[in-house]
Amino acid sequence: MKNEQAMGANEVGLFQTHRSDTWWLEPFLTGLGFLSFVIYTTWAMFQGDYYWFSAGHEGFGGYLSPFYSPLLFIEESAAGSAPLLHAWFGSWPEWMPNLIPVTPAILILAGPLSFRLTCYYYRKFYYRSYFLSPPACAVTGVPQKNYKGETALLVVQNLHRFTLYIAIGFVAVLSYDAFLSFFRNGKIGVGVGSIILLLNPIFLAGYTFGCHAFRHLSGGRHDCFTCPKGKEKVRFKIWQSVSWLNGRHMFWAWISMVWVALTDIYVRLVSRGIWTDFSTWGN
Amino acid sequence: MERKFNIWRGSAEKGEFKTYSIKLERGMVVLDAIHRIQAEHSNDLAVRWNCKAGKCGSCSMEINGRPKLSCMTRMNEFAEDDSITIQPLKTFPIIKDLVTDVSWNYKQNKMIPPFKPRVKKNGEDHVMYQQDVERIQEFRKCIECYLCQDVCHVLRDQDKKERFVGPRFMVRLASLEMHPLDRGDRIPKIKNEFGSGMCNITRCCTDVCPEHIQITDNGIIPLKERVVDRFYDPIMWIYNKLFGIDTK
Repeated sequence: MKNEQAMGANEVGLFQTHRSDTWWLEPFLTGLGFLSFVIYTTWAMFQGDYYWFSAGHEGFGGYLSPFYSPLLFIEESAAGSAPLLHAWFGSWPEWMPNLIPVTPAILILAGPLSFRLTCYYYRKFYYRSYFLSPPACAVTGVPQKNYKGETALLVVQNLHRFTLYIAIGFVAVLSYDAFLSFFRNGKIGVGVGSIILLLNPIFLAGYTFGCHAFRHLSGGRHDCFTCPKGKEKVRFKIWQSVSWLNGRHMFWAWISMVWVALTDIYVRLVSRGIWTDFSTWGN
Repeated sequence: MERKFNIWRGSAEKGEFKTYSIKLERGMVVLDAIHRIQAEHSNDLAVRWNCKAGKCGSCSMEINGRPKLSCMTRMNEFAEDDSITIQPLKTFPIIKDLVTDVSWNYKQNKMIPPFKPRVKKNGEDHVMYQQDVERIQEFRKCIECYLCQDVCHVLRDQDKKERFVGPRFMVRLASLEMHPLDRGDRIPKIKNEFGSGMCNITRCCTDVCPEHIQITDNGIIPLKERVVDRFYDPIMWIYNKLFGIDTK
């Protein structure tokens, strides 16, 4: 079959197509959107400051940027850093190699990033946008001598379910941060930041629990939902709910990604005093 | 209203796009236009078609670069001043004009281990409930138009027909693997012979499916996850052993 394709009707080479629509627009915009997110996240990660806001109070409660959660270690001298009691393991350790920049975000961001990078939806768009393999449907991609798909180096994509387990942990931690945001100095209340931090784990949960790997693990791996007695099992209902989320996976992927960045921006702005957080605690 | 059509004319060895102008009428589909070109300009124009109702899957071709059924592509989808480019499926060898040789697909189909029914125990009946039927019913909608095979870049551009059976047959494998009454185990073959790892989930197969089968989300990805269960997930392996779960 090799070299017997209907090549005569098609030019050979990158981007060759007879499509007359704006096929390049979607991969361009999605590629640009994700690249912007990666650039902002990298910048925010290296800052190491202004990731916390509790209006100067030390007690229970406050806003924590999701890029810095969980706070494993804290460099207390950094401006806008959280009080030491919020650190899981205390101050930034002396044994930490100097090579690693002093910023709590650098220790944790690989977790959620690995989940997104191995996600089936993200794979679709970055193979299209960045690897041009293919750039769009029926548009010739980068010619490869020996295309191997996800069987060689990219066999690592099969680890997606393990990154899912990490992501579920992050949803739990960020849910606690949302709870924390409804307190300031031990007093319950609500601020604009509380709402923003509350929506963050909701969107992330919509994305995480609609993941294809979770859909498989929650019931899809079984051939029969009613066996052996012909009665519908709970896992069928769970699988149906996960399938509903999964059908909107792209929406959840984008909204959760944009929202997590917006949450960081909001906390950074109020922590720097550039923006006022309207709240029931007063300003 | 006159409309221009650029149609590929020729064989696998040589050919060219030829331009035809015909008058269109309201309600026409691309296949109607091709028939009119046959009747008025070129009665040796080769085109494969049959039901003209989007159910036989014969009239697959590429219309303005997009794999489509010509009988289901209405002319009013295009702007009035658009000229329409029609060419044969790129992935398969041309026999003549718009007709390609899709027999490679039949060979792939024959390689798939058939349905292997569960053995009945103690007068137990082979009853299937709606919840279980629905999932595999979707795959039965396939009309074998091979548009998904045509658009799949693994077959189309990378020409890896010896390593990947293509989306249509991944769907057939899914319909068998997920069948509650089937006892066949095709997972090792899905990984090693049918090439589930060759698919990089760019979803073009789903985009072009005229039956709107969720080929990627409901067919290929679940099969990839079953391959992960078997070959890449030691936790699942231990879990299945501990709880005595039969993976076939």
